[in-house]
Amino acid sequence: MSETQSTYNYKVVRQFTVMSVIWGIVGMLVGVIIAAQLVWPELNYGFLHFGRLRPLHTNAVIFAFGGCALMGSSLYVVQRTCHTRLFSDGLAAFVFWGWQLVILLAAITLPLGLTQGKEYAELEWPIDILIALVWVAYAVVFFGTIAKRKVTHIYVANWFYGSFILAVALLHIINSAAIPVSLTKSYSAYAGVQDAMVQWWYGHNAVGFFLTAGFLGMMYYFVPKQAERPVYSYRLSVVHFWALIFTYMWAGPHHLHYTALPDWTQSVGMIFSLILLAPSWGGMINGIMTLSGAWHKLRDDPILKFLITSLSFYGMSTFEGPMMSIKTVNALSHYTDWTVGHVHSGALGWVAMVSIGTIYYLLPRLFGKPEMNSVKLITVHFWVATIGVVLYIASMWIAGVMQGLMWRSVNSDGTLAYSFVESVKVSYPFWAIRFLGGLLFLSGMLIMAYNMFKTMAGGSTVDAPVLVPAGQHA
Amino acid sequence: MDINDLRSIVTVVSMLTFLGIVWWAYGVKSNKQRFAEAANLPFADEEAERVELGLPSRNEQRKTS
Repeated sequence: MSETQSTYNYKVVRQFTVMSVIWGIVGMLVGVIIAAQLVWPELNYGFLHFGRLRPLHTNAVIFAFGGCALMGSSLYVVQRTCHTRLFSDGLAAFVFWGWQLVILLAAITLPLGLTQGKEYAELEWPIDILIALVWVAYAVVFFGTIAKRKVTHIYVANWFYGSFILAVALLHIINSAAIPVSLTKSYSAYAGVQDAMVQWWYGHNAVGFFLTAGFLGMMYYFVPKQAERPVYSYRLSVVHFWALIFTYMWAGPHHLHYTALPDWTQSVGMIFSLILLAPSWGGMINGIMTLSGAWHKLRDDPILKFLITSLSFYGMSTFEGPMMSIKTVNALSHYTDWTVGHVHSGALGWVAMVSIGTIYYLLPRLFGKPEMNSVKLITVHFWVATIGVVLYIASMWIAGVMQGLMWRSVNSDGTLAYSFVESVKVSYPFWAIRFLGGLLFLSGMLIMAYNMFKTMAGGSTVDAPVLVPAGQHA
Repeated sequence: MDINDLRSIVTVVSMLTFLGIVWWAYGVKSNKQRFAEAANLPFADEEAERVELGLPSRNEQRKTS
């Protein structure tokens, strides 16, 4: 390192953070639209119908909103905890622009019906190759920065971010293996039940490593920072990390209960899903207990409210998940709206809320302000979002259990007691409540965007200096 | 030895590895210091914190241009 003062690369963090809010609004808007289409079917215009828009919604919220939040925050955390500038500014810029191109291509191809038909891996093969290139560049930037760190330890948040980057590369490359027949059409490299198993090995680990490990990385940096005290137990965080790594990979088969998948494979998936409760709750307790002795901070700090509430939802959905993986429970819950409710308790309650807390932490720092333009609006956002999530998941629980019970009830002569359309009819009121919950959550994001642009206005874009802590000179 | 023996061995070795990690985290006394150091890493850069929040620097000589 030269004698002149070097700075951290905040440019790429700024870009990802701002785009995360923008894509969050786009993705959630599409979600609200498809929720409305279920309540008012006449809203299905031409090719912009539910079937085409639903993958657009899932891809936009997971990979555009969540992805930008993860990439931005990870590149911030890795620099700050390694006390060194990013490995390569050029590669970092390629990661940002490449990822935006992927999102743009997804937004064009999915409504046109160009899809591989694999849930959360719909994008066609040319885009898959672009994703792989961008992801490898991201891995080089991240691990390259860790390699040139100026401190001895690799902070636990980087372990989680690192496992997320490695696992997603593995999952994406294996599940996306396909034989192209034209520029816009390909067939999976796997057949039959193997294809299904590979897909849900991917699908569940996308939940485990994209939507869990990555965001736990966020949790381990931003919860201690915002609470201004070190994590409750560093030892627990080490065990938490390895327990997740050793179990998550095997939980996928619970998506294929009572299918052509061999029975023993289903049971293995169920057992590993049940074991997962332990590391999940270990992590949740570690995050929440970080506030131990400083609970009063929760009262007037809306950013901490977001972060700690997200952990409560994480605990809730990681209890619900193992329960739903039990085969007899799954017999009731599978294919119903209960699953949709479970996913959103994780996606809105955990993933979105921890990201929102993180973004509120980052924004003032990235634009040289002591705090957000309006702290009051963060509080408003928090309550609007929380009420939205609660409405969403409560309505989906009721609708889901009702659907499951109706589909399985039989008359004394063995015939079905209800036709499918009867279960659709009674679901309408709950779909309307879900629409309202989603609309509230989206409104919260719009409040956030207003607050963000107000904070950015007149802000400086000074990058913080790289300073090596005392006694840590390499 | 057939492939299933290998599968069993991998499972047992994984379990032992994990138990080894738990022991390393909780049983090794000398790790206490390194964990405390690592846990405080996010708080080791107060100066950068002040700059990014737009607050005046405590150490004028290190102030960035």
